[in-house]
Amino acid sequence: MVALTELTEMYADMVTARHYEERLQEEYLEGKQPAFDISAGPIPGELHLAAGHEAAGAGVCQHLRDDDTVTAPHRPHHVAIAKGVDLKRMTAEIFGRETGLGKGKGGHMHLFDPDVSFACSGIIAEGCPPAAGAGLAAKKRNTDSVAVAYLGEGAIDQGAFLESLNFAAVHDLPVVFVIEDNDWAISMPKERVTDLEDGSKRADGFDMPGRRVDVDDAVAVYDAAREAVGRARDQNGPTLLEIQVHRRMGHFMGDPESYRPEADQAAAAQRDSIERLADDLRAAGTDDAELEDLRAEAEARVEEAIEWAKDQPKPDPAAAHEDMWVNPPSGVTDSEPDFDLAGGED
Amino acid sequence: MAEEITRELTMSRAMVEAIAGEMRADDEVFYMGEDVADYGGIFDSTEGLREEFGYDRVMDVPISETAYLGAAVGAAQEGMRPIAELMFVDFFGVAMDQIYNQMAKNTYMSGGNVSVPMVLTAAVGGTYNDAAQHSQTLYGTFAHMPGMKVVVPSTAYEAKGLMHNAIRDDDPVVYLFHKRLMGIGWLPAPDGPKTPVPETDYTIPFGSADVKHAGEDVTIVTLGLHVHRALEAAESLAEDGIGAEVIDLRSLVPLDTDTIVESVEKTGTLVVVDEDYRSYGVTGEIVASVADEAVGALDSVERVALPDVPIPYARSLENEVVADAGDIEAAVRRTQ
Repeated sequence: MVALTELTEMYADMVTARHYEERLQEEYLEGKQPAFDISAGPIPGELHLAAGHEAAGAGVCQHLRDDDTVTAPHRPHHVAIAKGVDLKRMTAEIFGRETGLGKGKGGHMHLFDPDVSFACSGIIAEGCPPAAGAGLAAKKRNTDSVAVAYLGEGAIDQGAFLESLNFAAVHDLPVVFVIEDNDWAISMPKERVTDLEDGSKRADGFDMPGRRVDVDDAVAVYDAAREAVGRARDQNGPTLLEIQVHRRMGHFMGDPESYRPEADQAAAAQRDSIERLADDLRAAGTDDAELEDLRAEAEARVEEAIEWAKDQPKPDPAAAHEDMWVNPPSGVTDSEPDFDLAGGED
Repeated sequence: MAEEITRELTMSRAMVEAIAGEMRADDEVFYMGEDVADYGGIFDSTEGLREEFGYDRVMDVPISETAYLGAAVGAAQEGMRPIAELMFVDFFGVAMDQIYNQMAKNTYMSGGNVSVPMVLTAAVGGTYNDAAQHSQTLYGTFAHMPGMKVVVPSTAYEAKGLMHNAIRDDDPVVYLFHKRLMGIGWLPAPDGPKTPVPETDYTIPFGSADVKHAGEDVTIVTLGLHVHRALEAAESLAEDGIGAEVIDLRSLVPLDTDTIVESVEKTGTLVVVDEDYRSYGVTGEIVASVADEAVGALDSVERVALPDVPIPYARSLENEVVADAGDIEAAVRRTQ
């Protein structure tokens, strides 16, 4: 049994994330039509939206605290929202504004919010080693914080992932690896690149527990993650989870998805984890008006963030030269002491 | 009155002394690498540390550079101060993504909200016939990508001071130590890198090149092993009345252009010497940096670097491509 308050929190995160992606899609495509031009419009660059992945974000992050580190891949927004990343500053970053999380230098694939220990990065499986490092830091400091690395099913053949499984296993690190299986690595279906239907079996080779959540269901994810996060928090080592999710939009905005059978797209659209969780909430006594209120609150929050972001200043071009260093070379103020090095070459 | 220092250390002992000092002062400093605990580092970079600090703080890791260099990035972003060692710099290729795309970029991409206070140490250099995959310096490879401070000690004195500063720095620092300078029994060092070293802690600021030999006629800019070869050349040139000023860069990023330009304005002649590949590398960068600031002062320029071939194995072949004092001397004479 999951407490009603927790179901409600997950639902709020999930409807926020879904509405966020739908609204970003609209904003993104504005100015990039009629012929798709990726360099035009109010949101620069590539945009990888996560509609259909919400259960994996909410079901895992529901167990996390601000001091638990999360690394997410290039499709990060639903995880960021569930982790509690500042929505306004994240949105400003996506719009390339000065008050964004990275002052407009990172963009939607490179979001950093140290206040809630969140980071994402754009190269497949790249976040796994740093997550293992966060787990290593927790272990060395003897704290009970944990680290979670998200990756897609297309990342499970990547060396960084496999090396991190071994590193976390051999050092018994408090890390949970979460594979979000949306069946597609851009245009590549899973079965053509991996002789494994269940990616969580990768754990077997590292003597680590692995578990697949076969349904796109926030409560099932919550249950699996409770065990995995709890195991890490109790200093019993890492776990690998794989969660079936669905890609409701293209790999990136502008992806024609001509490689994807219509039946597959239709199936992804039907099996909706948000509707499933709404049913769970109704069964737990939440009425439709309350659900509608939750959705309305989420939509208002998203609208507010987008309006705020669009109103923020664009970065001063000169700022491109700043933030290279935390300790700029000119700021090295210590000086070399004056030693008399007898026998030195001076 | 400056304190007179007479105690001499090898470069490896000086490097270890700095690491040990920082580890005693701060529990958050730890060392990770292959064969760094019981072995003490293949090139003596951690000799004795495991005995004092134990396996938790001097960690042997799987042969898995992507995992442990990336883990160092992650631990550093949590505020710890990891030192991670690449046994040979040549192995960077298997972990290049973590170095180039995380360690170097996360501070900038986060708008300065994330710091990565780690040190990446690596053994560099040839001269002992280890061939193309174990002899490179790759100075330019690391200095090229913005976001990493890159330091190269040439003596025990520099090794200690640069290491103290590297560990204390809040940015990622790449610390490249030349195998031939470490003072290892099976890889004898030339005279020079074993120097007096103060027992007290001290830092050498990055971006402060050191004039190792003063001269009026030619400026030789170099680093690492070739500081000693340039000094040997300078002695020989002095016999013919040619005064060579030898500048030890000590750090590539930041680069102390001022000291170089000041010297070139005096001598009018620039000879840049290094052990990295000639094209798109350190020598070209130094010449361009001087030209940017003082092109009028440049009467003559020579570059002495590895020709653009992989480093060959046989002694006669390696000696052909890695410059010795005679090659440096010849380059200077071409400018006169």
